[in-house]
Amino acid sequence: MNDLTPTAEERAANLKGMGSSRKRVEDVRFTQGKGNYVDDIKLPDMLFGDFVRTPYAHAKVISVNKDAALALPGVIAVLTAEDLAPLGLHWMPTLAGDKQMVLADGKVLFQGQEVAFVVAEDRYIAADAVELVEVEYEELPVVVDPFKALEPDAPVLREDLRDNMEGAHGPRKHNNHIFTWEQGDKDATEAVLAEADVVAEEMVYYHRCHPCPLETCGSVASMDAVTGKLTLWGTFQAPHAVRTVASLISGIAEHNIRVISPDIGGGFGNKVGVYPGYVCSIVASIVTGKPVKWVEDRMDNLMSTAFARDYWMQGKIAATKEGRITGLWCHTTADHGGFDACADPTKFPAGFMNICTGSYDIPVAYLAVDGVYTNKAPGGVAYRCSFRVTEAAYFIERMIEVLSIKLNMDAAELRRINFIKADQFPYNSALGWEYDSGDYHTAWDKALAAVDYPGLRTEQAQRLEDFKAGKTRKLMGIGLTHFTEIVGAGPVKNCDILGLGMFDSCEIRIHPTGSAIARLGTISQGQGHATTFAQILASEIGLPADDITIEEGDTDTAPYGLGTYGSRSTPVAGAATAMAGRKIRAKAQMIAAYLLEVHDDDVEFDVDRFAVKGAPERFKTMKDIAFAAYNQAIPGLEPGLEAVSYYDPPNMTYPFGAYVCVIDVDVDTGEVDIRRFYALDDCGTRINPMIIEGQVHGGLTEALAIAMGQEISYDDMGNHKTATLMDFFMPTAWETPHYETDHTTTPSPHHPIGAKGVGESPNVGGVPCFSNAVHDAFRGFGLTQTHMPHDHWRVWKTANDLGLHG
Amino acid sequence: MIPSGFEYHRPTDIASALNLLQTHGDEARVIAGGHSLIPMMKLRMADLDHLIDLQGIAELRGIEIGDGTIALGAMVTQSELIDSDALANAAPILREAALQIADPQVRYVGTIGGNVANGDPGNDMPGLMQCLNARFELQGPNGTRQVAARDFYEAAYFTARSDEEILTRIVIPVPAAGTGYAYEKQKRKIGDYATAAAAVLVGLEGGQITEAAVAMTNLSDTPVYSAAAGAALVGTSGDDAARATAVAAALGDIDPSEDMRGPVEFKKHVAGVIIRRAIDRAIERAA
Amino acid sequence: MAKMHVKMTVNGKAVEALAEPRTLLIHLLREDLNITGPHIGCETSHCGACTIDMDGKSVKSCTVFVGQADGADITTVEGLVNDDGSLGVIQEQFREHHGLQCGFCTPGMITRAHRLLQENPTPTESEVRMGMSGNLCRCTGYQNIVKAIMASADTLNAQKEAAE
Repeated sequence: MNDLTPTAEERAANLKGMGSSRKRVEDVRFTQGKGNYVDDIKLPDMLFGDFVRTPYAHAKVISVNKDAALALPGVIAVLTAEDLAPLGLHWMPTLAGDKQMVLADGKVLFQGQEVAFVVAEDRYIAADAVELVEVEYEELPVVVDPFKALEPDAPVLREDLRDNMEGAHGPRKHNNHIFTWEQGDKDATEAVLAEADVVAEEMVYYHRCHPCPLETCGSVASMDAVTGKLTLWGTFQAPHAVRTVASLISGIAEHNIRVISPDIGGGFGNKVGVYPGYVCSIVASIVTGKPVKWVEDRMDNLMSTAFARDYWMQGKIAATKEGRITGLWCHTTADHGGFDACADPTKFPAGFMNICTGSYDIPVAYLAVDGVYTNKAPGGVAYRCSFRVTEAAYFIERMIEVLSIKLNMDAAELRRINFIKADQFPYNSALGWEYDSGDYHTAWDKALAAVDYPGLRTEQAQRLEDFKAGKTRKLMGIGLTHFTEIVGAGPVKNCDILGLGMFDSCEIRIHPTGSAIARLGTISQGQGHATTFAQILASEIGLPADDITIEEGDTDTAPYGLGTYGSRSTPVAGAATAMAGRKIRAKAQMIAAYLLEVHDDDVEFDVDRFAVKGAPERFKTMKDIAFAAYNQAIPGLEPGLEAVSYYDPPNMTYPFGAYVCVIDVDVDTGEVDIRRFYALDDCGTRINPMIIEGQVHGGLTEALAIAMGQEISYDDMGNHKTATLMDFFMPTAWETPHYETDHTTTPSPHHPIGAKGVGESPNVGGVPCFSNAVHDAFRGFGLTQTHMPHDHWRVWKTANDLGLHG
Repeated sequence: MIPSGFEYHRPTDIASALNLLQTHGDEARVIAGGHSLIPMMKLRMADLDHLIDLQGIAELRGIEIGDGTIALGAMVTQSELIDSDALANAAPILREAALQIADPQVRYVGTIGGNVANGDPGNDMPGLMQCLNARFELQGPNGTRQVAARDFYEAAYFTARSDEEILTRIVIPVPAAGTGYAYEKQKRKIGDYATAAAAVLVGLEGGQITEAAVAMTNLSDTPVYSAAAGAALVGTSGDDAARATAVAAALGDIDPSEDMRGPVEFKKHVAGVIIRRAIDRAIERAA
Repeated sequence: MAKMHVKMTVNGKAVEALAEPRTLLIHLLREDLNITGPHIGCETSHCGACTIDMDGKSVKSCTVFVGQADGADITTVEGLVNDDGSLGVIQEQFREHHGLQCGFCTPGMITRAHRLLQENPTPTESEVRMGMSGNLCRCTGYQNIVKAIMASADTLNAQKEAAE
C-alpha cells in the first residue's frame, strides 16, 4: 500500500485530531492505579507535617506550649508564627490583594485555622504530636453573618487592618469591610427602575459550598542544601504562579525553585491558591534539611481551604408590561471569611460578577459588590465557575423567573423575547463585556423542542389540578436556564494574577523521526489535556495525536502559564497550541518547498503533508519534513523544528447553553426526584466530543450536589457543621440522574480554532436549572424565592409555609 | 485520621475474649466489623488500649433457622443476611432493612451484632429487632443471659450490656406465615443514617389485624418500640382511622433532635409520613 | 507501641510486614508495600477511594486495622491487570467509555466493579448504580462509569460463553 491510497478523510481520521473522540492516553496508567499523585511521592528521609488547628472561630492565642509534643520520640519540630516571623513568612499575600496568616499570629479568625505545624518522622507520630501541643485561647465574640459584621458595633476581626481604611481595591467603609466594586451606570439604572411598568425585586442567595475534590490538598517540599534548589511538588492548578509567589515570599531566587504539579485528583478551583500547608512544608524542609510532606485530611480541606460562593445578591429587574427588560440592578454582599483569599484576576475583586446580565439584551444595568470579613474560612474560589460566573448566572436566571411571575408570563417566552439576537454579536453588555458570539434563539428552540416543552407544561397543569383535588402529593417542576458564561481569562491588559498577565503558552519540539513533544503552561486535573491538546496539534501540524506527547506541570521545563481553572485552558493555552502549531507548519512549508524544489508559495498543506499545488502526487509528509529539519542544510533556515507561542487572548470567550430539568417533588417528605435533565451546550469548536460529554456529566453532578444539598454551614458560634462527608452532600451514583446532552456550535470568532471551553458551563447552568425546577414546582402556590440548598427539610419547609400540609 | 495506639488481640473462643475484657476492663473493647468503632477511633473520639477482634470466633457466626426461631451469630454480616434465601423466606423484613443500610462495602463487613450492640441511635437493626421482638444473648463472666431488644436500650450509647459482656447471638421468633412487613427509611443519600425510619409487622386474619408491631429508628436517643401504635392497630380492620391513630400514637413516643437533616418539626412530620407508609405497605403485604 | 507481625497475600504475592496495631490497612498498602493504587479521599469511611477486594468482599481499606487483615487475600486495582501487562476487561472498558477523568476514584471504582460483576454478572443499570453507591466520584457524574461497567459485563459474559 502506498501513501496515495488513503483518502484525505481517512488520513485525517488516522491523525485523531480535532473532532475525534480519541481515547485518553492518561487512562492507561490511571486504570492500573499507576497515577502519580502528591501522596504517592516518597523521598528518602521524608518527614511528615500536620497542623494544630483552633476549635474556636474567633479567639486570641495566649500561648502555645510545644514541650510535650517535642518530647515525643520522632517529633522533629513544632513551628508557630513566632518561628516564621523572622523569615517574614508568618503572613503571606493572597491572590486578592489581602494577606493571610500562615500560622496564628496573636489570634485566630475561623474554626480550623492553622495554629502550629508539627513535623515528625511519619504521619502517625505527627498525629500524636498534634494532640500534645497545648494552646491557650481567649475567646472573642463571633460574627458569622456578613450583614451583622457591618453593623457599627460589630467586633473587629482584622486587628492587622484596624482603622486602615485604604483597602487593596479602594476605600473601606468599616473595619470588617473589604472593598466595594461597582460596574455600570447607577443613575441611569435607578431612573429606569423608577419609571418602569413593572419591577420585580428579590434577594437571591447563593450559599456557601466547597469544591471538595476527591484528592485533598498537599505538597512535598525538598530543599537541597547543597545546590540551594527547592523542589516543591503539590496540588497546584497554577504551578508557575506558585513558583513566582514562593520566590517572592521566601526570597529564594526563582531559578532555584522547581514546582511540579504531578497528577492531580480533581481541582475545581480548590487548588488554585497558596495554602499555609505549602508554606509550612517549605519552611520545615529548609529548617530540617529533609523533604517534608503535608497532606491534609478531608475535615481540614472542608474547614480551612477555599470555599466558594456565599453571595447575597439583592436584585431589581425592570420591564415593560409586554416583558421587555429595560434595566437590571444588583447589590451583592460578599462573605469572604477571615481573609479575602479569593482567586480572582487582580482588577476584579468580585470576579466577573458583571456577566450578570446573562443572555439578555439589557440596555442599562448597575452592579455593586461589597466584600465583608466574617469568622469563617477564607476565600472564595471559583468552584468550577470562572470567577463568580456561577453566582452571576444564578442571579439572572432567578431574576428572570421572578420577573416572569410578576408579569404572569411563561418563563421560556420571557427569555426568548429578551435574548441577545444572533446578529447583535459581538455584543457589548451594559456592564462592560464584549460577548464574542452566540445564537441563543437556535439553542433555546432546539432545547425546548427536544423536551416537548408545551407537553411538559400541559402535564404540569394537570398535575397541579390533581394535587389540589387530593389525587397526588407530588408536584411537578420544570427548570429552565439559558446561561451565558465568560471564560478564558484573559487579555493581559485587564487580567492578571498578582501582576502576572493571564496569557498562556505552548512550546513544541518535533523529533527527527516525526513524533513530537509539546509543553504547556496549564495543568490538567482530569480534563484530559494530554489527550486533547495533542488533537489540536495533530490537526494543525499533521502528525498523529498518538505520536505527540503533551507535558504540563514542571516549571523547569514547561513554558510560563497561569494554569488551569476558569475553563481557560482551551481558550488560552489551546490558542497558544494552535498558534505554535502554525509556526511549525510555516517552517515545515519552507522545508517542504526546499525538498520539492519549488517556491514556498507553490506548496499547500493537505492534512498530513505538503503537496505541490496542481501536482498532488508530488508531496512530502510531515514525517519526511521532520527528518529533513535535522538532516538537511537549508539556506536561510536553522536546523531543527520547534516553536513557542505565548498567547495573549484578545478577549474572553462566551460559551452558552440551554438546560431543561423536570422534577417531581414529594411535598410531605421534601424529596425531589429528577426525572429528566437535558443539557445543550455551545462551546464553539468541539475538540473531543467524548471528553466534552464527560465534562458536562461531571459539572451537572456538581451542580446537583450544590443545588440539592451541599453546603458549608456554620452555627452562631462559628462551629463548622458540615466538615465531613456525612453532612457535606456528595451524591452517589444512585442519587445522580441520567443526563441527555446535546449541542450547537457557534465558534468564537477571535479564537484560532474557534473553541470556547466547556468545563464549567454545566456547573454554571446546572445550578439555576435544578433550583428553578424546585421553585417552579411551587410556583402555582405563589412561591417566588427559597434559598438553596433544596435539601429535604428546606423543600418540606417551603411546602409547609405555603400551607400544603393541610 | 490516625487513631491512638492499642494492642490487638484475636481470640479464637468466647471464653478468651471474655477473659481479655475482664483483664483490661474499660481500656478494652471488642470489634466486630469495625465500621462504627474504627471511624470513631480515627477521629480520636474513642480511645482504647486493647482491641479484641471477634472475627476468629467461629461460634459467633452462622444463621440457624428452626423450631420457630432464627438464631443469628453476632458476627453475621449484613451481606450474609441479605444473601440468605432461607432468612428471606422466614423473615423477609430482614433483607428489606439490610439493603437500606449503608453501602455495599460497609454491608460486606458490618455485622448485625455490631449494629445492635453499641447503642448508636442511628443504626437500623435495633429498631428492627424491637419490632421482631428479638432477644439478645449476652455472655459474661457470670454466665449467659438474654435481654429483650425492647428492654436493651437505655440512652444513646448506653445499653443493658455490661462492659464485661459480649453480645453473642440474636434470637428472633419467626413471624407467622403471611405476616405483612415493611421497613421504610427516608435518608438524604445512600449511606446516610435515617432521617426517619420505621419497621412494621402486621398479622391479618379474617380481615382483622391480630398482631402488630411498630418501631422507629433515629427519632430519639434510642430506637423506639411503640406498643401504643401496635395496640391501635390490633383488633381493627386496619382502616384509615386505625392507621391514623397508630401513627399518632407512634409520634407520641418519639423525641427527635435537630441536626443537619433538619429541625424537629420537620422530623416529626416526616416520621409520621414514613410510619404511615410502612403501615400501609405492611398491611398490603399481609396475607 | 510494640509492632505486630502480619502476613497476607496481596495481588497474588505473599507479603509480610511489621506494623503498629493501629496501622490502617490503607497505609500498610500505600506506605509499606508501595501499592499506591487505592487512595485516601476522606477519614470517615464515606468516599470509597480506598476500596480493595479482601477475601472475596469489597472492603474500604481505610476502615481496617492491619491485625484484622492478617491472613487475608487481598486484590487491589494493580492486581486486575493481565499477566502480560495488558489491561483487564474492566480497566479496558473504563478507558473505552471515558469512565474516568482525574483518576483518583478509579482504582476503588474498578476494584468494586470487579466484585460487583462477580456478585451479579448481568446487572441492570439501576443495579449498577446501587452496586456502586459506596464509591464517590467528582469528575464523571457516574454516567460513563455505569456505561463502562455494563459494557464490561457484556464483554465478560461473551468471553465466558466463548470459553464454554
